[in-house]
Amino acid sequence: MAEPFEPKITAFVCNWCTYAGADLTGTSRIKYQPNVRVIRLPCTGRIDFMMVLKAFTRGSDGVIISGCHPNDCHYTSGNYHARRRWMVFRDLLEFVGIDLERIIFSWVSAAEGAKWADLVNEVTSKVRALGPYRELRQLAAVGID
Amino acid sequence: MARVGVFVCHCGENIAGTVDVAAVAKAALDMPGVVHAVDYKYMCSDPGQTLLKDAIKEKKLDGVVVAACSPRMHEPTFRRAAEEAGINPFLCEMANLREHCSWVHDKGAATTEKAIDLVRLQVEKVKRDRPLQPIRVPITKKALVLGGGIAGIQAALDIANSGNPVLLVEKSPSIGGHMSQLSETFPTLDCSQCILTPRMVEVARHPLITLYTYSELEKLDGFIGNFKATIRRKARKIDEKLCNGCGVCQQKCPVKKIPDEFNEGLSFRPAIYVPFPQAVPNKPVIDVKNCTYYKTGKCKACEKLCPTKAIRFDQEDIVEVHDVGAVVLATGFKTMPVGNFSEYGYGKLKDVIDGMKFERLASASGPTGGAIRRPSDGKEPQHVVFIACAGSRDRLKGVPYCSKVCCMYTAKHAMLYRHKVHGGQATVFYMDIRSAGKNYDEFVRRAIEEDGVKYVRGRVSRVYEEDGQLVVKGADTLLGAEPVEIRADMVVLATAVQAQNDAEELAQKLHVSYDPYKFFAEAHPKLRPVETNTAGVFLAGACQAPRDIPETVAQASGAAVKVAGLFSQPTLTREPIIAVVDRQPPPVFSSCVGCFLCKSACPYQAIEEEVIKNRNGDVLKVVAKVNPGLCQGCGTCVSTCRTKAIDLEGFSNEQVFAELMCI
Repeated sequence: MAEPFEPKITAFVCNWCTYAGADLTGTSRIKYQPNVRVIRLPCTGRIDFMMVLKAFTRGSDGVIISGCHPNDCHYTSGNYHARRRWMVFRDLLEFVGIDLERIIFSWVSAAEGAKWADLVNEVTSKVRALGPYRELRQLAAVGID
Repeated sequence: MARVGVFVCHCGENIAGTVDVAAVAKAALDMPGVVHAVDYKYMCSDPGQTLLKDAIKEKKLDGVVVAACSPRMHEPTFRRAAEEAGINPFLCEMANLREHCSWVHDKGAATTEKAIDLVRLQVEKVKRDRPLQPIRVPITKKALVLGGGIAGIQAALDIANSGNPVLLVEKSPSIGGHMSQLSETFPTLDCSQCILTPRMVEVARHPLITLYTYSELEKLDGFIGNFKATIRRKARKIDEKLCNGCGVCQQKCPVKKIPDEFNEGLSFRPAIYVPFPQAVPNKPVIDVKNCTYYKTGKCKACEKLCPTKAIRFDQEDIVEVHDVGAVVLATGFKTMPVGNFSEYGYGKLKDVIDGMKFERLASASGPTGGAIRRPSDGKEPQHVVFIACAGSRDRLKGVPYCSKVCCMYTAKHAMLYRHKVHGGQATVFYMDIRSAGKNYDEFVRRAIEEDGVKYVRGRVSRVYEEDGQLVVKGADTLLGAEPVEIRADMVVLATAVQAQNDAEELAQKLHVSYDPYKFFAEAHPKLRPVETNTAGVFLAGACQAPRDIPETVAQASGAAVKVAGLFSQPTLTREPIIAVVDRQPPPVFSSCVGCFLCKSACPYQAIEEEVIKNRNGDVLKVVAKVNPGLCQGCGTCVSTCRTKAIDLEGFSNEQVFAELMCI
């Protein structure tokens, strides 16, 4: 029998809110599923959405993008840039035919340790139900990366 | 070829309990570029750091990954160790195996696998780290203290006494804060005014303290050592230089029936007023909302009668920008409104009051001159019920945390009442008595044993009015939840301590994190309690969490030392995690095409235009240039750049994509 599918989740988080929030999840010893790999960035504004595509071509089944709540950005406005770019990028992804359900955009503050655990669990379960994501990986395999 | 060393920490049992650390170290050895990998019980300990330093020297490592706790915890520790071993400190990265892995997952293969992946990501990153030099920036040696309560006063005095100028900004017309309203203070029962007013005067007289009352922070720009604070000085409608504080205007003002904020609405004040007699500065302010002149265009009684002609009806707010190097947040707290409690009469029962009102009743400077009189009819109450935890530790209707000061001030209130009304009876309803502190428990025992205050353990379910008295219905849980009914003349609620209404807005102005209750968040709950996540912004007092006076003063002094420590350096060293624009030899010069999208995205105005000219002075190209003093390293410009001409040190495109290549 084949092993049950365990999704790979890549999370792009900002250093000041979500990374700190995930640290708080640890300090509070709140358990969540181990499928997530965190890429720490200074700010969600640093996210080049090519990174999200790269994550998929390298085998991620789901992506989390999370930073400071609107108004709370450590750098004043980086999270707004991220959000605006995401809005534009999302339309493009939809046009290209990428499953938008696999990208979850959220805000987790440094005080929301429990929210981070919930977010990871929710996304992991959702992506597990969606199954493996192969389209971009296959394109990458034939040299379209 | 890279020579990376991987050091896996057990953190005692914290990591080793759930992650197979030996397997992580073994797997790391197989990663490309890794030449050395070990696991050790405590990497942050002295022998652990020595292990790291020795390995750097012996194995000639050019990159280090410490797989231990969060980089937010120990990155500076290991970077310093790497530097001591002779490599650039920025060639050290941390994989977060504790907060992001061992503490949040169960023991098992998947957890160890994740740990290995986390190490792999950092190995890929560290191989692409470039040696960086810390940036030196000048410091403006002047501090901004926000809030003129005891926290702000103490912080301002301590900073000023260390020889650095301070700008103390208080939003109300006088400094003093909540402490100036208190009658007497626990556990010594010394009068609050007597210990506070000398300090208030000291602030006003200190040559290094500039005091701005009736002023608020509008905006804070810049960064540690180099903030620009925009401050609005609200118009008092008084020429402060001319006013001598004689008080004639207050006596002659025809508007008399405005509830007095300082006395918690227990008395009235005129439209031109000094909040309380000991106010600093002792200069009145015109309450524009209630002044007859501003409502009808007539009156000007104060102007006519002012002996020094100090009234200025046409005075406008002044907005000033000040350069400061550090900020101390000392904005204090508020208490939960009595109107929140339906079971205690929604604040409609006049004789159900909160602790602050009781303070004013008991205060010698209060509306009753210190005599306990109930607000409804001015009679001396013969039986007072004190209800602790009104809103605190109440997950359903209030706040889940303990407000910390209420147990103590309730004991104090009951004691003061018994001292002032000898035949009176005081009953306290409580959940637990939390009296940890020097001489605190003794104080509560004194209230019970010497002053005969009756303590009933249980909650009050309802307070209602019957025949001019208040009926308090509750339960005594020590008598098996026996119902208790008490007829009282006055009820005092120890309402929960909450963050100020504008705390969230202020936190956003300063980019300071806050908790779900809007209290400002400290950088580390144990080891960095007065610092915030924003470098150069410090915390003092009850704006961080409910605090009593001794703790507030201690924390304010702590924050002041942090500021003084910062100011003692000739220049400031900043992390060189900043954006850089690619420069190349001619004829390209730079892959930047000069679209300046980055300029519009930058929140710090750190992008400048660099004009590249030839020998004859003809302009060849205009490219972006990052001002390293202003750049804070958010990287928003990097993801905006169309030609990938701009990159972020420490989080470069190459590094992030290399991390992604191995997920």
